[in-house]
Amino acid sequence: MGEATVHRSDQKMDEIMGALLRTGVLLSAAIVFVGGGLYVTRHRVPATDYRAFHGEPGDLRTISGIFHEALSFSGRGLIQLGLLVLIATPVARVAFSFFAFLYERDWTYVFVTLLVLGLLVYSLFGRHGG
Amino acid sequence: MNTVEFTALIGMGSLLAGFLGALTGLGGGVVIVPLLALVFHVDLKYAIGAALVSVIATSSGAAAAYVKEGYSNIRVGMFLEIATTIGALAGAGLALYLHASVIAVIFGLVLIYSAYASLREGQHEMKEQPPDRIATWLRMDGTFPGEHRLESYHVRGVPLGFAMMFVAGVLSGLLGIGSGAVKVLAMDKAMKLPFKVSTTTSNFMIGVTAAASAGIYLSRGYIDPGLAMPVMLGVLLGSLAGARVLARANVKVLRYVFSGVIGVLAIEMIYSGLTGRL
Repeated sequence: MGEATVHRSDQKMDEIMGALLRTGVLLSAAIVFVGGGLYVTRHRVPATDYRAFHGEPGDLRTISGIFHEALSFSGRGLIQLGLLVLIATPVARVAFSFFAFLYERDWTYVFVTLLVLGLLVYSLFGRHGG
Repeated sequence: MNTVEFTALIGMGSLLAGFLGALTGLGGGVVIVPLLALVFHVDLKYAIGAALVSVIATSSGAAAAYVKEGYSNIRVGMFLEIATTIGALAGAGLALYLHASVIAVIFGLVLIYSAYASLREGQHEMKEQPPDRIATWLRMDGTFPGEHRLESYHVRGVPLGFAMMFVAGVLSGLLGIGSGAVKVLAMDKAMKLPFKVSTTTSNFMIGVTAAASAGIYLSRGYIDPGLAMPVMLGVLLGSLAGARVLARANVKVLRYVFSGVIGVLAIEMIYSGLTGRL
């Protein structure tokens, strides 16, 4: 396996990764936009007060809760779903890199990407109080 | 103020922040928190949550273009993401124990450094680096498109770069910013990567770093949909527009102006923090 082979597969990986990122961001922005439209038209007066921190209700904090809210077409739930897609985009990118390195049998980086992926999954699926 | 007016105002402010952030290379996220906290009197936790989400959007949007051009070094990026994600988790954890005024002061100091770093941009020379044992073992050495052909480079200083990336991650998780300035510092100065490779790889990493703390912010209820919606859409549109104009604009004057604005915001953040108004 020469230097050139490694480089070519890296370049192909770059292209797929670029498409993945673009799709994730566009999809997320579209969902947030639709949810935002619903939220603004239904939720007119007065604007929410953000001066003091109250924290979001439980349904807008957990992945299952957000899906539940979004499926009932709540504007806030849809926005939160779009944001979840956005947060998932870099995670999907790392997951894709994991498989790409696995395909290249680059064990060092299979381990590196798996470690990063584990940390991201812990952040996204773990329950963090506060 | 009703919801439509509030959303439109925040959206327009974010659009401008994203536009100027992309033009000057400072990123839009860095001014969102002071804008929300100082101008709109939004609680720091909500402001940081909304800014962090917009950072993921701009980083992923821009990285999509950069990876294709072949500048970013994916191996360097992936390896250093171990440090930035651990740092981001630590930073988001630390945010629970630090008082808002302490966070505001740290924020102000980071803003001042970011403005300073953006003004120094362009003063870097590229010297031929000898190969390094750790970087060779991690197969980090790479190439980038030069003027005539692919230029190859060697990577150095992996342990120092790794340590600095941990700090960048902590700041990102604590303040809801991308920490691009610190990431570039680590790669440009400690690891001796070519400047264009440093900036694009930094952008590539920012999304993953931010996603690490975003999960924690989401489950703590810091991310409010009504606020994050105009911020995310505004910054994203603004930065996409900024990136288009960038190719034709003379940004030198603009960079001075924007750095000046950031300097003022920084002092205001520090002052507000010290007097306990946040």
